[in-house]
Formats: sequence, C-alpha cells, structure tokens
Amino acid sequence: MAHLLHTPFIPSSSSSAALRRSSASSGTRRPPVSPGVVRAKIREIFMPALSSTMTEGKIVSWVKSEGDKLSKGESVVVVESDKADMDVETFYDGYLAAIMVDEGGVAAVGAPIALLAENEDEIEQAKSKAQSPSSASSSASSSPAPAAAPAVEAQSDKAPVKAAAAAAPAVASTHPASEGGKRVVASPYAKKLAKELKVELGRIVGTGPLGRIVAKDVEAFAASGAAAAAAPAAAAAPAAAKSGSGVELGSVVPFTTMQSAVSRNMVESLGVPTFRVGYTITTDALDALYKKIKSKGVTMTALLAKATALALVKHPVVNSSCRDGNSFTYNSSINIAVAVATEGGLITPVLQDADKVDVYTLSRKWKELVDKARAKQLQPHEYSTGTFTLSNLGMFGVDRFDAILPPGTGAIMAVGSSQPTVVATKDGRIGMKNQMQVNVTADHRVIYGADLAQFLQTLSQIIEDPKDLTF
Amino acid sequence: MQSTLSLSFSPSSSAAAVSRSHTTRFSLNTSTPLNLRFCGLRPQALAFNASGNHRSSKLPSRPRSQAISAALSANGSPPKFFDYDLLIIGAGVGGHGAALHAVEKGLKTAIVEGDVVGGTCVNRGCVPSKALLAVAGRMRELQNDHHLKSLGLQVSAAGYDRQGVADHAINLASKIRNNLTNSMKALGVDILTGFGKILGPQKVQIGSSDKIVTAKDIIIATGSVPFVPKGIEIDGKTVITSDHALKLEFVPDWIAIVGSGYIGLEFSDVYTALGSEVTFVEALDQLMPGFDPEIGKLAQRVLINPRNIDYQTGVFASKITPARDGKPVRIELIDAKTKEPKDTLEVDAALIATGRAPFTQGLGLENIDVVTQRGFVPVDERMRVIDSNGKLVPHLYCIGDANGKMMLAHAASAQGISVVEQVTGRDHILNHLSVPAACFTHPEISMVGLTEPQAREKGEKEGFEVSVAKTSFKANTKALAENEGEGLAKLIYRPDNGEILGVHIFGLHAADLIHEASNAIALGTRIQDIKLAVHAHPTLSEVLDELFKSAKVKAHASIPVSEPVAV
Repeated sequence: MAHLLHTPFIPSSSSSAALRRSSASSGTRRPPVSPGVVRAKIREIFMPALSSTMTEGKIVSWVKSEGDKLSKGESVVVVESDKADMDVETFYDGYLAAIMVDEGGVAAVGAPIALLAENEDEIEQAKSKAQSPSSASSSASSSPAPAAAPAVEAQSDKAPVKAAAAAAPAVASTHPASEGGKRVVASPYAKKLAKELKVELGRIVGTGPLGRIVAKDVEAFAASGAAAAAAPAAAAAPAAAKSGSGVELGSVVPFTTMQSAVSRNMVESLGVPTFRVGYTITTDALDALYKKIKSKGVTMTALLAKATALALVKHPVVNSSCRDGNSFTYNSSINIAVAVATEGGLITPVLQDADKVDVYTLSRKWKELVDKARAKQLQPHEYSTGTFTLSNLGMFGVDRFDAILPPGTGAIMAVGSSQPTVVATKDGRIGMKNQMQVNVTADHRVIYGADLAQFLQTLSQIIEDPKDLTF
Repeated sequence: MQSTLSLSFSPSSSAAAVSRSHTTRFSLNTSTPLNLRFCGLRPQALAFNASGNHRSSKLPSRPRSQAISAALSANGSPPKFFDYDLLIIGAGVGGHGAALHAVEKGLKTAIVEGDVVGGTCVNRGCVPSKALLAVAGRMRELQNDHHLKSLGLQVSAAGYDRQGVADHAINLASKIRNNLTNSMKALGVDILTGFGKILGPQKVQIGSSDKIVTAKDIIIATGSVPFVPKGIEIDGKTVITSDHALKLEFVPDWIAIVGSGYIGLEFSDVYTALGSEVTFVEALDQLMPGFDPEIGKLAQRVLINPRNIDYQTGVFASKITPARDGKPVRIELIDAKTKEPKDTLEVDAALIATGRAPFTQGLGLENIDVVTQRGFVPVDERMRVIDSNGKLVPHLYCIGDANGKMMLAHAASAQGISVVEQVTGRDHILNHLSVPAACFTHPEISMVGLTEPQAREKGEKEGFEVSVAKTSFKANTKALAENEGEGLAKLIYRPDNGEILGVHIFGLHAADLIHEASNAIALGTRIQDIKLAVHAHPTLSEVLDELFKSAKVKAHASIPVSEPVAV
C-alpha cells in the first residue's frame, strides 16, 4: 500500500487503482507475444513485476478458477508484491487452463503462474503441460509454503524436490520432532532468513534448543554455500573425472541442491567488484621444513594455512569483508577455509584461529575435518565460518589459476604447484629454485591493490623464511 | 485513566473523609445543605445527599446482626431501607468509573472487590501492558539503525534488563491501583473487601462472611478472566496467559501466540522488541480478525511481515503441553474446518491470547433467576439485567466484560456512567459505535464505529450510500518530522448527510488521534461541520483534519456562523 499513498487523496476503490497500475506496468514490461509459448495457443501467465523493487510475488487469490473463460483485460489473479496487492489481468482471450502456483504461493517475477488455453479443447493439454516435471519443479522451488513447515509441503507431490533432498543425505535435522528428518523445525526468523537467502531448511543442521534451526544456522549455512562455491575450478576437475564413468551421455541432469547453491553463489559473485594480484614465491625453505616435520603428521595444507594466517595478522584488512556495501567488517579471528572437492561438489572446512593454533594441532585438525567432509558430517561452524579461503589445485600439477571470490568474504587465494624453476639470482647467476605461484582474488570495495601487494610480500617472506611457522 | 488523573487535584483523602462524615451528621438534623461551603468538595453531591436522600443516614457501621435479621426476615422481598444507593460488585475500571459518577450524582456508593482494586485493566491488562509496550517502542527505536541514522543519531547497541522492564510494569500497575483506590476513598466510596454474591433483589453478601449489604441499585462489574480453550494446559511458566506474560518472568527465544487479536498483537510487539521470535496461531483465515480489512492488511505488512514473526492461520491449537523434562512446549494444530491434524509446533513458550471469558461464577445469579449465556450476563441496551424469562430484573445492572457487549475497560466505564445516569433519573443509552478502541503496537492501531464491510452492509440494508476517504501519514508534516510516515487513516461516511460511520487509523499515536472522531460520532457532529474546525499545525491531528477535508459530502455546514469574536 505504501507507495500508493503518496498523496492524501486516493481513489476510494483501491482495486481500480491497482488495475490501472498493473495494466500500465505489466503492459509495458511484457511484449504481447510471450516467449514461453510452447504451442502457439497455450500461453503462460507470468508473475508480473509490480514495482521496481519486486523480485517475487505472492498469490493472494485467484479471481478466476481453472476452466473459467477469460477475456482480454479481465483480472485473473491478485498478487501481493513487496508493496501492495494488485490485480493482474490477462492480455488474451481464452480459458484459464491450469493454475501452477496456488493461493498463498510465491513465485519469482517472470515465473509462470498459470496457463491460458485459447479454446476449451486445449485445456487438458495445458493441464498436462503444467504437471510436467520441469514446470512443476520450477514452481515448487519458487513457491515454498509460506507458513507451513516446508518439508511437509515438499513431501506431497513435488517429486524433483524430494529427489534432490534425498540426494543430499548429509544433513538432516536431528530435532526430535522432525520425525526422521521429514519435518523441519525452524524458528520464524530462521524460516524468513532461509527464504531470503534461498537456502533449503531441510539441509541445515539446527544448533538451537533440541536441534531447532535458528537464524545463525541459516546464516552459517548460506555463508558456507558461498564458500562451497569458492573454487569452481577445483570442483570441476574431479567432477569431470567422475562423470567419465557414471553419467549417461546426452542426458540433462538437474543440479542437486548443493550444486544449485554453487550455481547461485557463482552468479551472485558477479555482483562483487573483484580484482586479482599474483605473486611468485620461492618454496625451497618451506619444502625443506615440510620434509623435516612431515613425519610428525604435518601437512602442506596446514603449513600454507598457517603461513597465510600469520600474514593476515599483519594485514587485517585482507581478512575483512564487505557485508552491506557501506562498511568494512573486520573479523575478530582468522579462520582459514580450505576448499576440498567432495563427491558431487565441494566444501570448505575451516581451520579456526589458524594464527594462534600451532601447526601440529592444525594438521591434526585438518585431517579430522577432511575425514568428516568426506563422510558429510561437517557441522555448520566447521565449514561456514571462514574469513579467508585457500584453494590449492597445485596438488594436481596446476601451476596457476584464478579463483572466484565467495560472496561474504574479502579474499581467496589460489595456490598453484611448486615447481623447480630456473631463476636468475641476485648475484648474477642462474640457479634452480622451487617456486609456486599464488593468485589472490579480492573484493576491491574493502581490499585495495596495495593491501594485497603488501600482504603477498609478507606471505612470501614468511614462506621463504618459515621458521615462524613452527613457533 | 483520565478520571484518576483529574482526581489527583482534589483535596486530600482525609479532608474528604471528614467532610463526608459531617455531611451525614448534618443530614440528620437539617435538610439544608449548610455544609456546602465548609467542604468545598463536589457540592452538588453532598447537597443531594443531605437534602434528598433520607436513607443516607444509615451507615454501614450499624449493628451487623440487625442487617442479617433484616435480610432473613425479608428474604425474597426487597428491603425497605438500604445501606447504599448504589452497590457495585467489582472494582475494576468499569466499577470505578460508575462509582465516581455516582458520587458526583450524590449517590451513597459502595464498591465490592474480592481481589485487588483496579481489576484486569490496572493489574493484569491495559496498564502493565502499556508499560511493556513503552519499553518495546523505545527498544525498537534504538534498534532501528536505519531510522536513527536518517535522523542523524548514533546510538551504540541497545540492551535491556528483563527484571528492570518487569519492575516498570509492576510499579506502574501498583501506582495506578493506588491512584484508583485513593480516588474512591477520597470521594467517600466504601470499599468492601470480599467477593460479592447476590442473595436476592437488592441484597448482596460480601465474601464468605455473613456481612450482607443492601442497596437500591446494584451494578455487576465483575469483569473477565483470560479464556483458555480446552486441551490447553496452563502452567504459568511456559504455557501462559496474559496474566503471567505481563510479569515478564522470562523472555523466550521462540514463543507461539495463540490468537492474533489485540492482546496477541500487543504481546507480539513486546516480545519481538525484546528479541523473541513469534509464531501466531490463528483460527480464522486471516490474521487480525476484527480490524478493518484494509487496516489489517497494512498492519500485517508493518507489524508482522518485517518482524521475526511467522503464522499459521485457519488452525486451532487442539492441545498444548507445557515444557517439562527437557522437552519443549508442544502445540498440536488441527485444521479449523476439517479438524484434521495439521502440524505440531515445538516452541519455548506459548501465550494463550484467545480472548477473555466473563467472570460471573459464584455471583449468585441463580438467586435472582438469571441464566448466563456462555458466562455472560444478559442485558438490554440500558445494561439492565434480563432474567431467564426474558424479563428485566429491577435495580440490577451489569456492565463491562461481564456482559460481553464490548470488552474494553473504557466501554465498561462508559456503561457504568450510563447506568448511573439512569438510576439518577436521566435516561441514557450508550452508543457503542462511539466507543473507540486501540491496539498499542508500534505504530498504534485505533478505530471507532463500523469497519468498511460493516458500513457497506448497513448501507445496502438501509439504502444509503457509503463513501471512504483515506489519507496517509506520509502527507503529515509532524509524522515526517518524526520519520514515522508509515500509516493510514480511513474515514467511512455517508456522503449524503455527512454522518461519520467509522474511522480507522494505523500510524504514529493512532490511539490518541481517534478521539476527535469518536467524540464527533458520540455528539453527532457531521463532517461538513467538523471540517471547518481548526487544527494546530504541524500536529498529527492534522491527519484527521485532512481526512475530514477530503470527504465529499453533499450536505452543507449546518452550524450557523457564530458571533464574531474580536481578537
């Protein structure tokens, strides 16, 4: 209502105002021939954009029901946008063949909400089209039941969603009332957040009372989803290898929920102005150290994480992030997330307080995290609290690559392999040194070029003189 | 509460008490009001007492045995002499309002209270909840960074001390309770402690004692208690009613509020401001039933959707088990229509706000052949009690929540005043459509008269046209200065004669703004007249000014231009 009320004088009938408005706005927005036409005579009715800020709309009520004859300009449905309720009218004559989003359902702007058949004969055809899996899944994913427990809703008739949920067995709510994961118990704010962040509640492990999902669980999960999407290159490599054997060629396989999360995060990352700074670091000393303490269970990942953390101590800005577009969020602890490829995706277990914990403990912790990740038993705080991400494809022999910045964090470092390189030394000789290339992608809103340069300089000093890594 | 406040300017209670005793003494000797100048307090009341009421000499302090024997001997037939002119059973806001007006009218008045003076409103309702809502409002302001920033303010994190908040509510209640008690004592109203039970016509037993008092007229004002549907187990800790919630003994992380009317809505405002998350359980198909649909929709957009609140509508809470043995509060929901099990909620607490039930048990209504309807005492439009044969019970009235006509503190008070008017010889019928109502959320909701659908239905039935005028708080300077432009005022009226049918306001201080409209309805002022009245600028009251001015009334102003006043 709010924006309708800029003037004190409003037409007494709000519906007439809404009508005029909706016809004006949607009329200009949508060309008369809808792109979603399958057969020339079955048309889709879309969720219109009723305001400039509207991204999704809720169906308040269907004015017409299935089978009703419609004439051009008649209102068909009342839609609640972020601002007001408005009548949406049809641009064509025909019959309302199938309603795809029921009353109370939510659909994204542009998503089909109903089918319009030109004559009665086509109603059946349209109905079957509406029930076809592709459209069903799109409406299912875009219309979570607003108040009822979403899992119950998903259970009913939306096969694709159910399958997706089954494909992600890793995390099921352990709430006693969840009836073996069928029911999701989430607090109102958690539900609201999940909807906002487009996170599926069924995949979140609740840490609230009796395993209830609370807001921070959703936030953590969303952040991890973002982190999980950190290094898509890393995911692509093993995934492709796998697909060689187990995938039916020529088929289209829908994303699992984890893959959908990756996809969303990847697209979202385009909204962040990133830039990259590379650096070549000599690793002879690090390699020597590694050889020396390898027997004590120390891993290269732990050494790299430790080195990065120590460099971050001196450059807190590189450990910061920009959450709202207006401010620096300086993180109080240095948590190094490291991308790990898993079957069907990737996850970023977090080495918390990597600057404070000694490298032996870090190594043990890392091993434990990797085992848990493979068993899909990571808890949200173990994969969603990273403040800086490492992606190491060096182990595959990759010498240099580029990582995408996970939304919500400030920087990610892509680590290439350490390779023997012929270098000219300062004293004018030619020598052989092990060198690796690192490439940091950062959010330029908070981290500037000089910040990264100085950070990398510090990092290279630490790696080239690694005595501090073992305290 | 207005009456209470005005009374603080009256002479001290002791002085009043003294004057009263003088009155009675004089009245034995003389019929002329000699004492008027002497006491100075409510002269007309005392004059009436002294000259017109020969019964007033009978003080309640007369020997008790005499009273009992009188009662026994005259059982069934009304006593000839009365202890009081007016006896009010229940010292809530309704009884208090009636008592004050009765004294003003010169009646010798007593009020019977079995619990604490002030009743629900003062002790377990409007008053303590306003204390909590005042805290909630400030918390909201302090937490709204965006809002503060736009005003140029910087505030570091706001926090609260639960006990401090709870104490504020308790202190407020006790302060108002004392004010109420003192105001009645000061005016010479006898406060009789104990539950009142009607023994027969004009005869009431006080408590379990054998104290029996007689009165010419009796008003039942026993009020109500929270209504708890069956299947719900109240433990006072995790499954609570408003009585417990107002003590604010704990602030749960997640609370389910059963019922989304005034009480539920206000508590959702308090709890969310203090950091709780709320789930509404509403039996009807939409939240906030009873509000004008348009106001309800806007209110939902402001008070529900952006807050940490979700809701289930069209469901009954069929069973609620309190938290115990480490298990949460369990709420079983069934579909309101099909009665099929629908869902189960597990929350930290549940507040039952499903309305209020009349408190009329043990009132002895059977002694005068009155049968309650769902506990409510049946009354006519003059609040006269109707017995089981449909006949009026003489000298017996029932006001407030106990009659269920309009369960609001100020409605009870208005009904009480109406009754006093009647028993003092002036016929009076309260126009309930002129009684405003308010919900003290942030922002507030207020209303008077009919909702738009009600008005349209009435218009259709009676053949008149109904128009609606609306104005936004966004158009009001004062609201914008406060950065509180969110709000809507709506006027429902007859364009033919300018009669105001209803006014609904959602916005800053809506509860204070409604009275211009309710007074206009009560006094029969038409839009064409009130629109010429002047409002100070810039004030929120201009919202109503705007509303009246935007109405399109065919009739012309009826009030003739008054004599010009030179300035």
